[in-house]
Amino acid sequence: MTVRSMTRSGAPGVSAAGSFWRQFRRSRQGMIGLAILVAFGILALVAPLIVDPAQFSPVVARTLGNPQWAPPSEFPPLGTDHLRRSVWAQFVWGSRVSLTVGLAATAVTMVIGTAVGVIAGYRGGRLDSFLMRITEWFLVIPFLPLAIALASVLGRSTRNIILVIGLTSWPWMARLIRSQVLTVKQRLFVDRARSLGAKSGHIIRNHILPNVSGLILANATLWVPISILSETTLSFLGLGNPGNPSWGKTLEEAFANGAMTRNAWWYFVPAGLGILTVVLAFTMVGRTLEEIADPKLGKER
Amino acid sequence: MGSALTLLFVVCFNFFLFRIVPSDPLAHMLRGRNISREVQDNLRAAFGLDQPITTQFVYYLRETFRGNLGISFHSRQPVWDEIVERIPATVELLGVSWLFAAVIGTAGGVIAGWRRNTWKDRLITSSTMTLYSVPDFWLGIILLTVFSVVLGWFPIGGMQSVGVRLQGFEAFLDHLRHLFLPALTLSLAYMGEYTMVTRSSLVEVMSEDYLTVARAKGLRDKVVRNHHALPNALLPVVTLAALNLGFILSGAIAVESVFSWPGLGQATAEAIRGPDYPMLQGLFLLFSASVILFNLIADLLYMYLDPRVEAS
Repeated sequence: MTVRSMTRSGAPGVSAAGSFWRQFRRSRQGMIGLAILVAFGILALVAPLIVDPAQFSPVVARTLGNPQWAPPSEFPPLGTDHLRRSVWAQFVWGSRVSLTVGLAATAVTMVIGTAVGVIAGYRGGRLDSFLMRITEWFLVIPFLPLAIALASVLGRSTRNIILVIGLTSWPWMARLIRSQVLTVKQRLFVDRARSLGAKSGHIIRNHILPNVSGLILANATLWVPISILSETTLSFLGLGNPGNPSWGKTLEEAFANGAMTRNAWWYFVPAGLGILTVVLAFTMVGRTLEEIADPKLGKER
Repeated sequence: MGSALTLLFVVCFNFFLFRIVPSDPLAHMLRGRNISREVQDNLRAAFGLDQPITTQFVYYLRETFRGNLGISFHSRQPVWDEIVERIPATVELLGVSWLFAAVIGTAGGVIAGWRRNTWKDRLITSSTMTLYSVPDFWLGIILLTVFSVVLGWFPIGGMQSVGVRLQGFEAFLDHLRHLFLPALTLSLAYMGEYTMVTRSSLVEVMSEDYLTVARAKGLRDKVVRNHHALPNALLPVVTLAALNLGFILSGAIAVESVFSWPGLGQATAEAIRGPDYPMLQGLFLLFSASVILFNLIADLLYMYLDPRVEAS
C-alpha cells in the first residue's frame, strides 16, 4: 500500500526506493534478516526502560539482595554473575552498546571511505595516485594489531572504540567506491552535465553519488557485522569501556572471572548468541541489498 | 621495492602512532613509585626523553634497524628477546590451523561449487556463514567449556601438563592434547574464507567454454573436475593461502588468551593490560612486517602460477 502511494508521488528518487523495496521484499533471506534486526533494534531502543545501568555497579547489585553465580533456574531469566548482577540486564544493555558501536563505527568508515574514494576517483591524476598510495599503505597494515595499538594509546572509552574501528577500516571502502566512481564517470550523462557547464560539486552530488548510493548502502550493511565483531574482540582484550558494557565486555568479564571453569554457561552463552544472531542478520540483509544493487551477483551465486 | 617502501612507512607510522596522545613514558614505567627528581631526570636523559622529538625519531629509526626494540615496561627485558621467545608457540599453533583450514576449507568449497544449489551446497554455505559470524574466541570458550570442563577430555589450557614429568612419546601426546582445542578453534574460524573463495572461483571457471568442450568430448565428471576445472579454479586459493601465512604471527591474539597458549597473542593481551607500550610497539611492527612480506610472496607466487598476470 505504502509502496504504491510512494510510486504515484512521481519523484524519480522515491519510485526508485519503492522498486528497491519491492525487490527486497521478494527475498526470503533479506526479510528474515530484516525482521531479526528490527527486533534487536527495538530491544536496544527500549533498553533504558527495562534496565537501569546503575545495577551494573556491584554495590547496587549487593543491596538488591541478588544471589551470586545463580543459574537461570534460581534467578530467571538468565541468572547472575560473580558480582550478583543480572545477566539478562547485561544482555539487554549489551545489545544497545554493540549495535550503537557497530552502526557508528560503520558511519565513520563510510564517511572517510566515501570522501577519499569519490575525490580520488572523480579528480584522478596526481591527487588520485597520492590518495591511493596512502590507501594501499593502510591496507597492508593488519587490522587487529593496528586497532589494538590505537585503542591502547587513546584510552578505554566507547567513543574511542568507534573512532578506532572507523579509522582503521576506511581504506577498503575507499578503494571500492573509487572503482565505482570510475565506472560512473565514464557514462554519457556525466559528460553531458560537464559540457553544460555544471560544477564538480554539482556533478558529484547529483550524478555520481546517486549512482553509487545503492552499492554504498549494501557495503555499509555488510560492514556493520565486521564492526560489531571488531568491537567484540577489542572489548574482549580489555579495551572496552567497563561502565558501558557491550556484549564483548560481558564475554571479557565472564572469561576473566572464571565462568568457564565453573561451567556458568548462562554468563557467556547469551552474549555470544546475540552477536552471532545480529551479525548473521546484517550479513543476510547486506547480501540481499548487494544482489539488488548489482544484479550480476545474484545469478552467479 | 614497493614492499620496502611500505615497510619503511610502517616503521615511521609506528613511532608517531604511539605519540598521538602526549604521555610520559617514565610515569608509566615507574607507576607511581616514589623516586627522587634527580633519579627521574637521569633516567629521562638515559632514555633520550629530554631530546627534541626529531632527535628521538632519528634515534628510534637507527635502533629499530639494528633490531633494538626497546625495553619492556613489564619484564624490564629487551622487547626483542621477549618476542623471539614467544614466536615458536604461535607459529606451531597457527601453522597447524592454517594447514587444516586450507585443506578442509578448500575441499568444502569444491563440493559446494561443483554441485551448486544442492543440499550439500546449502549445508556447506550456511554453516560457513554461521562460522563467519561467530567471534573466534567465543567459539574457543564454548569448545573449552564443553570438551574440557564438562566432558574432561582435554586440558584447560597451556602447552603441556604442569607438575608431571613426561618423557618422549608421552610428552608428545600430552602436547598434542593441549594443542587440539585451540587448533580446532582456529581451523574452524579460518576455514570459511577458503570455502567461499574456492566455491565462487569454481563457479566462475565452470561457465567457461573449455569445460563445455571437455564435457562434449565425453570425459567423465570427475576427470573434468580434477584435470580441467580445478587447476584454474584453485589459483586464487593458493594466493589466499600465501596471504594468510602473513597472519601466522598475529592471527590468534584473542584465541591464545582463551587457551593460555604462551605465544605472541597472549603476549599482546598481557601488554594491553599494562599497558606496556614498548612491547605493543614491537609486536605491532612484527605483525605488520610479516603481513607485508607475505603480500609480496603472494604476488610473486601468483605471477609464477598464472602467466596471464604480468608484473605490474
